[in-house]
Amino acid sequence: MNMLQVSVWRGGASGGYRIYEVPRQESQSVLDVVTYIQRHIDPTLSYRFACRVGMCGACAMTVNGVARWTCRTHVSKVVKGNAIQIAPLANLPVIKDLVTDMRGFFDKWARARGQFVSGSGTTRKDDFARVASDSPERVAANAGIECIGCGVCYASCDVVSWNPDYLGPAALNRAWTLVNDVRDGVRRERLAAVAGDAGCHACHTHLACSERCPKDIEPTASIAGLKRAVARAALKGEL
Amino acid sequence: MSSGQAGYAAGPAAAPGANAKFETWLWIAQRASAVVLALCVLVHLVTIIYAVRHGLTGAAILGRTRGNGVGLAFYTLYVLAIAVHAPIGLRTLCQEWLGWRAASLNWVVGAVALALFVFGLRAGWAVFA
Repeated sequence: MNMLQVSVWRGGASGGYRIYEVPRQESQSVLDVVTYIQRHIDPTLSYRFACRVGMCGACAMTVNGVARWTCRTHVSKVVKGNAIQIAPLANLPVIKDLVTDMRGFFDKWARARGQFVSGSGTTRKDDFARVASDSPERVAANAGIECIGCGVCYASCDVVSWNPDYLGPAALNRAWTLVNDVRDGVRRERLAAVAGDAGCHACHTHLACSERCPKDIEPTASIAGLKRAVARAALKGEL
Repeated sequence: MSSGQAGYAAGPAAAPGANAKFETWLWIAQRASAVVLALCVLVHLVTIIYAVRHGLTGAAILGRTRGNGVGLAFYTLYVLAIAVHAPIGLRTLCQEWLGWRAASLNWVVGAVALALFVFGLRAGWAVFA
């Protein structure tokens, strides 16, 4: 049988790679490979997944040096000869093996004011707000709204690796969708939260986030939108 | 490995937005000065290439710059744009590459800005006066 040589990160931040032999199969995903190792070779291997169909964002790992969603990454797309290297996501503390601590990542969504706050004081008992689907704001929000929070962009971002306080592409993209939500009531506070050294102005436009996003979102474009919106607010004295 | 201890392990960050206004104005100043520089660098390079290709001597160049108010005004604007643009970029480099984020950094790049401005003006004045 054709076997894969799979090199998997084991341990915490100071661990090392261990090699496993996994049978090669047709239409095999990288997540299938990791699951095979845990079910058939070494049950102590820790990793994270849930939906297996690219909806939940739980299974992102570093595959051959590149952050990817493993459930929808075919082995055939990434294998080199018959070898694959699998590591936890970069830019996040490793808890064990392939599991990273995502708290810092999601705390930054909160710091970027990633929560919707109704501006008109309406509640769920009121009628739906009507937003034209072709309005510029709705189109801009739509472009970023399908984020699944997998952390691939965050792990791929050079600026995060240089500045641990940097909010990162996902949190800023989330903020941009809310800046374009005409129902939202905390635009000013949100623009202040995403400005500055740890916010949108720190982005170097390297485009790694846009290149790697499995949902084809362009956080770089969202961050550029935030830069313009924040600059406009500053010029108007509204920051 | 590169996963390191970035992010959460770095501890709670300073209140976001505390420096929002200052940083935003620096960003605007750097972009605006870049627009000025794009024009100034072009004019500067074309002038140099013209001077070299026409084999102008030092004396001939000085003959054209001395008392030339337009030239002095142009280079004053150029120097001002440099003194705004370069230190802001230098500040970002120090923050990201050296991890230098203390208040002392602002004083140092402020001094760099002043030095660029003073020495630049001095050079402009030297060929004018």
